[in-house]
Amino acid sequence: MTDVNLMPLLPAAQVLLTALVVMLLDLFLNEHEKGLLAWISLLGLALCGGETVILWGSQESAFGNTLILDNFALFFTQLFLVAAAVTILSSIQYVRDTKIHEGEFYALVLFATVGMVLMAAANDLIVFFLGLETMSIAVYVLTGMWRASSRASEAAMKYFLMGAFATGFLLYGIALIYGATGSTALNQISAYLLEPMSDWPLYLVGGGFLLLVGFAFKVGAVPFHFWIPDVYEGAPTPVTGFMAVAVKAAAFAAWARLLMHKLAPFDSDWASPLWALSIVTMTVGNLLAITQSSVKRMLAYSSIAHAGYLLIAVVVGEEWGGMPLLFYLLAYASMTVGAFAVVTSLTDENNARENYTDFAGLGFRRPFLGMAMSLFMLSLAGFPPLAGFVGKFYIFRSAVLSGHTALAIIGVLNSLLSVVYYLRVIVAMYMEEGGAEGKSFGQSPYLYLAIALAVAGTLYLGIVPAKALEWSRSSFFSIE
Amino acid sequence: MIMLALAVGDLSLLLAIPVIGALALALIPKRYTQALFSLALLASIGDFLWSLNIFNRFDGSTGEMQLVERVPWMPSFGIEYIVGIDGISLFLVILTTFLMPLAILASWSVREKVKEYLFFMLLLETGMLGAFVALDLFLFYVFWEVMLVPMYFLIGVWGGARRIYAALKFVLYTMAGSLLMLVAIIYLATRHAQLTQVLTFDLLKFYNLHLPFNEQFWLFLAFALSFAIKVPVFPFHTWLPDAHVEAPTAGSVILAGILLKLGTYGFLRFAIPLFPDAALAAAPVFIALAVIGIIYGAAVAMMQADIKKLVAYSSVSHLGFVMLGLFALNMQSVQGAIYQMLNHGLSTGALFLLVGMIYDRRHTRLIEDFGGLWKQIPVFSSLLLVVMFSSIGLPGLNGFVGEFLILLGAFNVTPRWTAAAATGVILGAIYMLWMFRRVIFGPLTNPENQKLQDLNGREILILAPILALIVFMGVYPLPFLDRMKPSVDLTLKKIFAVQASPVTTNHNDAGDKNDGR
Repeated sequence: MTDVNLMPLLPAAQVLLTALVVMLLDLFLNEHEKGLLAWISLLGLALCGGETVILWGSQESAFGNTLILDNFALFFTQLFLVAAAVTILSSIQYVRDTKIHEGEFYALVLFATVGMVLMAAANDLIVFFLGLETMSIAVYVLTGMWRASSRASEAAMKYFLMGAFATGFLLYGIALIYGATGSTALNQISAYLLEPMSDWPLYLVGGGFLLLVGFAFKVGAVPFHFWIPDVYEGAPTPVTGFMAVAVKAAAFAAWARLLMHKLAPFDSDWASPLWALSIVTMTVGNLLAITQSSVKRMLAYSSIAHAGYLLIAVVVGEEWGGMPLLFYLLAYASMTVGAFAVVTSLTDENNARENYTDFAGLGFRRPFLGMAMSLFMLSLAGFPPLAGFVGKFYIFRSAVLSGHTALAIIGVLNSLLSVVYYLRVIVAMYMEEGGAEGKSFGQSPYLYLAIALAVAGTLYLGIVPAKALEWSRSSFFSIE
Repeated sequence: MIMLALAVGDLSLLLAIPVIGALALALIPKRYTQALFSLALLASIGDFLWSLNIFNRFDGSTGEMQLVERVPWMPSFGIEYIVGIDGISLFLVILTTFLMPLAILASWSVREKVKEYLFFMLLLETGMLGAFVALDLFLFYVFWEVMLVPMYFLIGVWGGARRIYAALKFVLYTMAGSLLMLVAIIYLATRHAQLTQVLTFDLLKFYNLHLPFNEQFWLFLAFALSFAIKVPVFPFHTWLPDAHVEAPTAGSVILAGILLKLGTYGFLRFAIPLFPDAALAAAPVFIALAVIGIIYGAAVAMMQADIKKLVAYSSVSHLGFVMLGLFALNMQSVQGAIYQMLNHGLSTGALFLLVGMIYDRRHTRLIEDFGGLWKQIPVFSSLLLVVMFSSIGLPGLNGFVGEFLILLGAFNVTPRWTAAAATGVILGAIYMLWMFRRVIFGPLTNPENQKLQDLNGREILILAPILALIVFMGVYPLPFLDRMKPSVDLTLKKIFAVQASPVTTNHNDAGDKNDGR
């Protein structure tokens, strides 16, 4: 092993270093100085963002080809960085008021980001698994960090148990695949898969299946979605936004590289189960979302439905589905992170204010929040000219292009279902009279900044998406 | 303004003026309601004047698209910003810009949340204009959906008692159709790319594509469903009475005056010429549905106790005539259909305005609450009389021209259905005159009505331009019909053209080499 190229590790190392600095500084700062930590974290993320821009276009590998630096990895790294930055911005007031330990909170967000970055760059099942666990453990802790809230503790417990269960599936799958092919390196495995299927040992197929189940757990596909509503509802709202966006994107990033590209023979083999998985996921997600009375819980179910739309791109396969998958994740990230930030802005440490009734009259009481939330809801429902529409357009287009017209039709009908509950938020905000509200996190300028960033992203990706589309396409096809 | 037009193009400026107005509203503090109204009115009048300028420069001798602008939007996927105007869309654009300032003037009674109200009105104007001038199917779909949102807010926030239900029903019905149309658009573009190696959403290029009947059938069905819901064609009309009754006056005016025309325009511009074989095969079905709509709408209108609901159902009946004209597919009938779209926009718009004016005074719209208004409010009554005559198609007023041309054209194609449709004219006269008799004539029994004030200057100012046009279009339809003729001719040629080669491959565009991933 002659390779001493550490370049591929740079983004992850940068974030890791920042996390360590934040943890160390936390020991020396007084209570009232700890606000500084948020800015140090943001600075670290910004530095890493700069590095990804400089590294753009590189095609390098390290540690015996187990870690890869290509545009695909960099694309997702940038997505995670922005998601982490917006999460930190919307948490500044939240962690202070709920008395969550600030240093540890920011450090954990950064550790989770390190894990995600590794997942997107992994070219080996073991490295992927390490990234996944780094991310997951950090997010388990983040979920339960608001110790005064029993809901959060319950959510963290549930998340941990279900997550551990999913990890078990993944690990068994990896073990079986290793047993059959003699390697955990994706390149070797994909070379092995070129052999005719009749020569495959049965447990290889089993391994692939277990891997699939593990992934389905992580992205929250039906019927492996049961943990999502409770965990999303219980976790501190900024963390929920982080989970819904970054954790899901990381799982799909790994899924795209592993199943759609490297292990593509598996993928075509599983096309019909995936087809069913996609339809069931979006339909169940949308139907259950309609019945919710809490906006936060509705958003949890809606994230399940969106996983279903994303699965359409996975079913379609790498040739047509790659670009839409990446673009949709961008669009989904901007509108979802914004929606959770708005939910955050209504709450304070004593009142959750997550129900539709709490949104009543918001549109005229707080015009900016109302406008922003309306944009996010319309975008999630797929109205043009917003990010969600362009994302859905390309997903459905990829389905039609690959001959899955039926899937596209089921997809648009699901979109119609989703209009019912997204518009309910607007009904509450603009068409119902609401009582006055008390103190809330909405006073924080950083939270407003986070929401404004999400609004800008939602509009940008919807109105002038050409650049982002090219970016998504070239990123996906940089996988070798 | 001229400088700006040089920079962005004539039609783009037409689309931009209302948006600029809407954004400028954001700068004015909420409490200056008069300033807000003035600004919105200024923007809409400016847009109207600009549309007149476009009308002046319009070359009536050709049926081709004019003032075409073309800007790449998502170039590697063949999606472009293409707008253009021809004799079919020209008058619908002017109808839109003409009704908009009047609708804003008619909203003076809106007291709450004025800023948001005007913001959505102006946004709606851009959405509708965009749908009329878009020549790229992706762009058209964007405008088609963008319209829904402001209308949803206008009904849902400023509407009547059951406004939330009506607004949601409106959005869900419309979206149910349009989402399937989206899949059809994608499918059409995919087939075009497969057959010609040209990746595009350009409508004019799609016209040259000749797909097998089986594919045409499904695509036509998806497009037609979307437009039929919008028109609304019987039996997809159930959202309309709810939306109309709950919408504020200006909302009803725009809904009936312009929004419904987008459905019939969609048939003429997209569904029929894109899939001519399927459209010809489906024509008998649509003619039957149109005639059922004419008679059913009139019969239901007759039984209404609420004047606004009566006008709403009369729309179903009148748009049945338009549909009949479109699917009879000959020069007279199609010209008549377009003319009737304009007529309906004017007369129904005016009817909703009048209903709104009386509602503002009495806060009721029930026919039984009125009676004997002639003596009390003569100006209102006489204006209502003229508008009503226009609506029932009295010779000398605009409605007659449209209905006559439609019936004349359709008679050559399907005499029996046309005869049945003609009874709709009689039914229309019956329900309108009966309503008029009960509201305006008779003794003034209700003491509430004795305090009624007649129309004020602002209200007369709103109605006067509409009445002038109603008379003008009734006595001198030629300037309108002349400008429509070449475009209608071209459209009909496209539909009946026997295409020898199934696919034209002589296009060679920049998008050629892209595989569209």
